[in-house]
Amino acid sequence: MKVRYFAWMKRTVGVAEEEVSPPADVATVGDLVAWLRHRSVGHAEALAEGAAFGAAVDKRTATMDVVIGGAREVAFFPPFTGG
Amino acid sequence: MTVRVQEADFDIGAELEALTKGNRKIGGLAVFVGLVRELHVREGYHRDRVDALTLEHYPGMTETALQEIEAQACRRWPLEATLIVHRHGRLEAGDRIVLVAVGSPHREAAFEACEFLVDWLKTKAPFWKLEETPSGEKWVGAHEGDDKAARRWDKT
Repeated sequence: MKVRYFAWMKRTVGVAEEEVSPPADVATVGDLVAWLRHRSVGHAEALAEGAAFGAAVDKRTATMDVVIGGAREVAFFPPFTGG
Repeated sequence: MTVRVQEADFDIGAELEALTKGNRKIGGLAVFVGLVRELHVREGYHRDRVDALTLEHYPGMTETALQEIEAQACRRWPLEATLIVHRHGRLEAGDRIVLVAVGSPHREAAFEACEFLVDWLKTKAPFWKLEETPSGEKWVGAHEGDDKAARRWDKT
């Protein structure tokens, strides 16, 4: 599964994207966040509890309870500031 | 019903001409053009001038999100034509960022749908602004006013 980070989260984590293989008990976006936090200090900071970030599963906005089974790409990003 | 995400600038006249050409049901065309404005941001004791910004986006998701927003507008108002052109990459103060145009038989629908599209694309399309200031680069934080503006369409 590919995990992507955007805007400042990319800098905090240190990479724009990475391939990960979470264990089977990582079922939802929220589970993935908790699991990714252990990868590095940057991950822990970017994905900290209470931090304002959103997620997308296969390029569709997803809440933390969305199941990631079979997803090819999960992305994390700060609130949007376009327009 | 067109959505485009591009690095290149757009020609407002040519875009509007193409949008309405041949459609004789359009009685009103509402247009919004977003520009990069020169900002002065207070940072401690300093006042920083924003000379340029870089718009990052999420290719693939951006187009889908904009199409969904556009489809939502078409469900709410009787629209004959819609166009969203959003730029990404590095832009300088004075540059155009976004063009939203809505054609409808009646002006009320055109005005409302245009405003709706701008409010929603600010909060629901994956774009992020990185500002360049004399003291370095800064990611723009989400604006509470934008969320409020987008939420007022939730009730209707």
